[in-house]
Amino acid sequence: MIVIGGSLGGMKALRVILKELPATFPLPIACALHRRREPDDLLSHILQQDSAIPVSEALDKEPICGSHVYIAPPDYHLQVDPLNFSLSIDDPVQYARPSIDVLFESAADAFGPAVIAIVLTGANHDGQRGAARIQSRGGLIIVQDPETSESPVMPQATLDATGTRHVYSPEKIGAFLLKLVVPDTSKNR
Amino acid sequence: MVEDVKLPLRQAKPDPEAVELRDLLESVFDRYGVDFRDYAYSSVKRRVMRRVLDEKTGTISALKEKVLADPLAMDRLQVELTIHVTAMFRDPGFFRAFREKVVPALKTYPFLRLWVAGCSTGEEVYSLAILLREEGLHDRCRIYATDVSDRVLSKAKAGIYPLSAMQEYTRNYQQAGGQHAFAEYYTADSDFAIFRPFLRDNVLFAAHNLAGDASFNEFNAIFCRNVMIYFNRSLQDRVHGLFHESLLMYGYLGLGRSETMRFSSHENYYEPIAVKERLYRKIK
Ligand SMILES: C[S@@+](CC[C@H](N)C(=O)[O-])C[C@H]1O[C@@H](n2cnc3c(N)ncnc32)[C@H](O)[C@@H]1O
Repeated sequence: MIVIGGSLGGMKALRVILKELPATFPLPIACALHRRREPDDLLSHILQQDSAIPVSEALDKEPICGSHVYIAPPDYHLQVDPLNFSLSIDDPVQYARPSIDVLFESAADAFGPAVIAIVLTGANHDGQRGAARIQSRGGLIIVQDPETSESPVMPQATLDATGTRHVYSPEKIGAFLLKLVVPDTSKNR
Repeated sequence: MVEDVKLPLRQAKPDPEAVELRDLLESVFDRYGVDFRDYAYSSVKRRVMRRVLDEKTGTISALKEKVLADPLAMDRLQVELTIHVTAMFRDPGFFRAFREKVVPALKTYPFLRLWVAGCSTGEEVYSLAILLREEGLHDRCRIYATDVSDRVLSKAKAGIYPLSAMQEYTRNYQQAGGQHAFAEYYTADSDFAIFRPFLRDNVLFAAHNLAGDASFNEFNAIFCRNVMIYFNRSLQDRVHGLFHESLLMYGYLGLGRSETMRFSSHENYYEPIAVKERLYRKIK
C-alpha cells in the first residue's frame, strides 16, 4: 500500500500527485495531512476534485481496498492493521494528530516490504521516524524534492534519515508511482 | 528521470514481532486475567513498544518476563494500554443532534435509563447530565456510567477538571446548543473547575468490562464513543451484540465521529438517525 504524509503545503502537493493517477490505480493510498479541524469532509472533497480515484475519510475498521484514497479524519490518528484501518484519539505525537509517524509505523508493521511511503512538504520532522521504520522493513521511501517544497524541513528530515534516492517533484512522484505499479500504462503515456 | 525499482508490492509480510506480542498478551491474560488480546493491533503494538522503551527491556519478550515477575510493571503496562483521552461536549454536533433528534422522543417516556459505556474520567457524563437538565429530563433519568478502569471512575465521581480546559469546553457547549452560561455548572478555584454535585444526582458510576461482562439492564440510549476503536473487529462484534441486547426497541445508540455501523455485524438492526453524527436507532 501507499502511505503519504504532508504538512504545510501538503494538500497542494497531494492534489498534484493524485491528478496523475487513473481511477484504476490498484493500490490503496492512505494519507495523514496535518490540518486544522474543519467540519465535514472538507479535505476529501477538495482532494476529490482532482482525483479520478475515490477519496474519503477513513472510518474505524474500514477494510483497506485498492483504487481508493483514505484520508485521516481531523483529530484522529490513522493506523493500519493487517486487514483494516483503526483510528485512535491518543495524545498528539509531536503536536500532531493525525501523526504521520503513527500512520507510517503501523503500515510498516502491517505490510512490511509492501509499503511505499511518501513524505511531502512540511515544517516539522513528522514522518522521519516512520519512514525509517518502513525502510528497515524493506519498504520504499519517496520524498518531495525539498526545492519544490513550500517548506523543505519535513522532506529533508526524511531524506537525511533514509538517504533515499527517490527525490521528486509532486508531478514526478505521480509518474513514478504509475510506472512502479502499472508499468504498462506508463509506457503509453 | 525516474528510475527502475522492483517492489514486492503485493507481498505483505506480517510483523515479525507479532508472535512475541501475542505471547505477551496471552501470558498477561493467564497470569492477571486482564484481556487485551482482542484490542486493535496497531494501538496495542504502539503502546507496548513504548513500555519496551521505558522499561528498558529491549524486546517484547523481555518485557513479558518483567511484567510476569513484577506486578508494578504490569500496572504500568495496563495504564499504558488504556487510552483515557476525553473532553466535554466532544464533537458538539453529536450533542446537538442528540438534543434535536433524540430528546423529543425521550420526552415521551416517564422514566429513562441511559448508559455511557467507557466513560473514562466522566467529561462525557457531565455533558450529558447538563444537556438532560436543560431539556427538563434529568429528574426522570438514571445514567449508568461505566468503565473498565477504577482509576478513571474515581476521577469521574469527583468531577474536577483543569480550569485551562474550560475555554474549549465552553465553546463546545455553545456549539452543542447549550442554553445557559457554561460557568453556571462549576465553581472555579485557581486551577480547577469543580462541577456542581447535583449534576451527578442521578448518575451511577460502576466498573464494567465490555470485553467480558454481561448486559446488566435495558436502556433507552447507549453512548459508546471512541471506545470500540481500540478493539478489533471480533471484539467490536461482541460488544455490538451486548448493546443490541441491552437496548429497548427503538432505543438509541451513539458512536464516535469516525465509527460506523457499516462494517459491523449488527448494521441491519439499526436505522441511522443522524448519519454523520453516528446516531442510530434500534429497529429490530
Ligand atoms: C478514549 S476513552 C473515550 C472516552 C469518552 N467516551 C469519549 O468519547 O470522550 C476510552 C475509554 O474506554 C475504556 N475502555 C477500554 N477498554 C474497555 C473495556 N473493555 N470495557 C469498558 N471500558 C473500556 C477506557 O478505560 C477509556 O476510559
